[in-house]
Amino acid sequence: MTMSDKRSLLDIARSALEASAAEQTEVLVSADESGLTRFANNAIHQNVHKSSVGVSMRAIVGKKIGVASTDDPSEESLRDLADRALTLARHAEDLEDFVSLPEPIAATGDTDLAPVQATVDCGPEERAAAVRQMVGIAAAEGLSAAGQVMTGTDAVAVVNSLGVEAYFARSNSRMRVVMQGTDSSGFAEAESDDVSTVSAETLGRRAADKALLGAGPRDLRPGRYTVILEPLAVTDLLGTLAVYDLHALAHQEGRSFTSGRLGQRVCGENISVWDDGHDPRGGRLPHDYEGVPRQRVSMIDNGVLKAVPYDSYTAGREEGATNTGHALPAPNTWGPVPLNVFMNTGQYSVQDMIAATERGVLVTRFHYTNMIHPVKTIFTGMTRDGTFLIEKGRIVGGVRNLRFTQSILEALSNVDMIGAEGEQFEYAWAPALRIQGFEFSSATEF
Amino acid sequence: MEDLCRIALEAAVEAGASYADARYVSERVERVGTKNGSVDQLTSEHSRGIGIRVIADGAWGFSASSRLDAEAIRQAACLAVRIARAGATTAKAPVELSPLEPAVARVPHGAKKDPFDVPLEERISLLMDCDRAMAAAADVRLRQGFLVALHEEKFFASTEGAAIYQDRIETGAGIEATATDAGQSQQRSYPSSHGGQMGTRGWELVEELDLPTEAERVAKEACELLSAPHFPRGSFDIILEGSQAALQLHESCGHPIELDRVLGTEASYAGTSFLTPDKLQSHFRYGSDIVNITADATLEGGLGSFAYDDEGVPGRCTQIVEDGIFCGYLTSRETAPVIGRVSQGAMRADGWSHIPLVRMTNINLLPGDWTLEEMIADTAHGFLLCTNTSWSIDDKRLNFQFGTEVAYEIKGGELGGMLRDATYQGITPEFWGSCDAIAGKAKGEWIIWGVPNCGKGEPGQCAHVGHGIAPARFRGVQAGVMQDEGEDDDE
Repeated sequence: MTMSDKRSLLDIARSALEASAAEQTEVLVSADESGLTRFANNAIHQNVHKSSVGVSMRAIVGKKIGVASTDDPSEESLRDLADRALTLARHAEDLEDFVSLPEPIAATGDTDLAPVQATVDCGPEERAAAVRQMVGIAAAEGLSAAGQVMTGTDAVAVVNSLGVEAYFARSNSRMRVVMQGTDSSGFAEAESDDVSTVSAETLGRRAADKALLGAGPRDLRPGRYTVILEPLAVTDLLGTLAVYDLHALAHQEGRSFTSGRLGQRVCGENISVWDDGHDPRGGRLPHDYEGVPRQRVSMIDNGVLKAVPYDSYTAGREEGATNTGHALPAPNTWGPVPLNVFMNTGQYSVQDMIAATERGVLVTRFHYTNMIHPVKTIFTGMTRDGTFLIEKGRIVGGVRNLRFTQSILEALSNVDMIGAEGEQFEYAWAPALRIQGFEFSSATEF
Repeated sequence: MEDLCRIALEAAVEAGASYADARYVSERVERVGTKNGSVDQLTSEHSRGIGIRVIADGAWGFSASSRLDAEAIRQAACLAVRIARAGATTAKAPVELSPLEPAVARVPHGAKKDPFDVPLEERISLLMDCDRAMAAAADVRLRQGFLVALHEEKFFASTEGAAIYQDRIETGAGIEATATDAGQSQQRSYPSSHGGQMGTRGWELVEELDLPTEAERVAKEACELLSAPHFPRGSFDIILEGSQAALQLHESCGHPIELDRVLGTEASYAGTSFLTPDKLQSHFRYGSDIVNITADATLEGGLGSFAYDDEGVPGRCTQIVEDGIFCGYLTSRETAPVIGRVSQGAMRADGWSHIPLVRMTNINLLPGDWTLEEMIADTAHGFLLCTNTSWSIDDKRLNFQFGTEVAYEIKGGELGGMLRDATYQGITPEFWGSCDAIAGKAKGEWIIWGVPNCGKGEPGQCAHVGHGIAPARFRGVQAGVMQDEGEDDDE
């Protein structure tokens, strides 16, 4: 038995719950075991491991709420945790719209979710072997490789005084590589709960090919272009939209484009966006951090804004709203952000899109994206690690990186080709898109 | 904590480490947040654990654990050595550290009034007073207040003989008002956005801010922005107010002088830097003659101040740009020898669970001989841009774009009305080369702004850093890149 197994985590959670004298109490226990090997200049330079357990308690007295946390799960520490949370709750002012912690709701699947053994067994030696494969490709091509190989497991248990008891454990792995040439670079990344399905060689090759193809980049005048965004760039766009706009609190507070627009067309009819914590193509999350099973939420359906995700707090403050199981750990002042965002696929490959483009820009990834105006969904950022000019249906070479300043919804209104395959990066899964009239507002020097 | 670190070092050496350090960190944080008359955040966070860093077979290994029994610590130390040996299989050369006289020291915190001693009722009451004052403005949809108090105790020990205990208190506070209208959301903050001001100070920092006095103005300005004209597009002279100038300095100077990213070790994530070592040799012109920048960990009250970094190197002041010429980096014991120097002490870790990285201390633009008032009076046509809303910069830290909460037009040396949705962009050395006036002559203009959310590294780390700076003027800056509805496209 390990610290992160179901019995151990639920035992900690129940002990903490027993120590609480609050009217309502919620306990969240998380365990994390992760190793990360970073490399740069064709050698490993940072190589770390972390093992931790965290316990957080939300204590409620009337509508007053206090939250305390610790990473010491001993009995004495849990008693102190309960005292601190209750003391805070007694001193707080009312959170006017708070109704209650959630009642128990039967789980809706994912009984098979468990850490994959190959990932659990992946140690520093195996991570170093993967690095050697990528570095070997770099050295053979006269490139310099940098990146990471990460493997780990995390487990979460949630209990509350109304009877909620929920638990999941999962594994995760990520390989990321940037291949750098004299004046170009290429990038590849893959994530999976099963590290044995991620090929360091394939990623290394893909990144190296991009770096070689982009050598001798040319300047491109800023302006509006046809762009082909590879899946990684599309997930960045979707993730930005999810964080700032696609959730109930932003919707209720009027800081999102969704406010007052439910049922209206917001982007192209060929675009659908939803959140699904149960889809194995994404990083699965069977229940939220209040222990409520996650529901699939169709947010944009064929271009029409349908719904936003809720947690218990935002559902409680809106007539007719239902908790969709999207709570983040308390106290969550930002909102019930969707963490498993998906976009519909189409019928094209990236190669099809390139072949059908008279003049355009192929973008591998974005860098440092930031929302400028959430209501207008205008965001900015740079291209990075593989930006190419397309002319007459083929890539004619690399271009120096460009800054975009663009409305996301406008971009999603101008999609005319959608990829048949998608990829998962962080909190979103998306295909490649071809978009007309994407605005690049300035350029940089490399 | 001394015993736990000793166990870690002994176990690491026994397992084969040629060097080891152990860092025990205990951190206590209390946050109070209010929104629209409610307390939406009231937290007490306790975290403690140990991070063990080793060199074995010439390579780094690191293991961190929240389990603090002797056996768990020995296991973590042995795992760090195993990790290092795995990494050594790709090493080109063994890690070498710049020399250091190991310190034995106890460093007290610098707070005059411990924020944890201020009763919770008083802290909540302060923010509720602000909330009521902001509520006077009719169109304000969101009224928010933030207070944070942090107490960190850290013990660092190394196999070289260092034994350093440091006690640290940080305090921060701020308020925000957001007004909304059809298709619009406008925000004003005080004293700065993203949570307000923060420093290695006590409750005296909060008292000096006098939040309730500013609250009504902040809310009123947020409402006025809803009907303010959109910021125009063009090339303009701009004056950056202090907190926006601080973030400009952070992104376009603070990050590109981190020698680890310069040497490529952040290439796959945050990126690299245009300030390559050849530019140190060639006396690269970073900015105009009046631009003088330091990295100073010794400033009293700065959020990036400390006595010793997380390698046990004393904090100090380093010249980064002198009379516009680039002359120094932020360094570590491993990176400094690459440019023929010794560490200037910039290795800092986020808590016990992360390795130290080269991080900013307080990166400062030294005061100039202007006042803000004189700068405005000296500007025929331009804009004063205040308080950050958005930021973005490329992965070599050249092309940047920022947005601010508000801009004021300057005509004939006089400050005019408000404009909304201001943005500006540029290329770093060109931008700093256009700096022709720096304030700081008047009392209170040069402020050390705290930035408590500086991200870097994998796994992600968050550093608390500072920027001493006063308002500054820049000539001929491309601004107004975000189009308003109905505005013609440039293309």
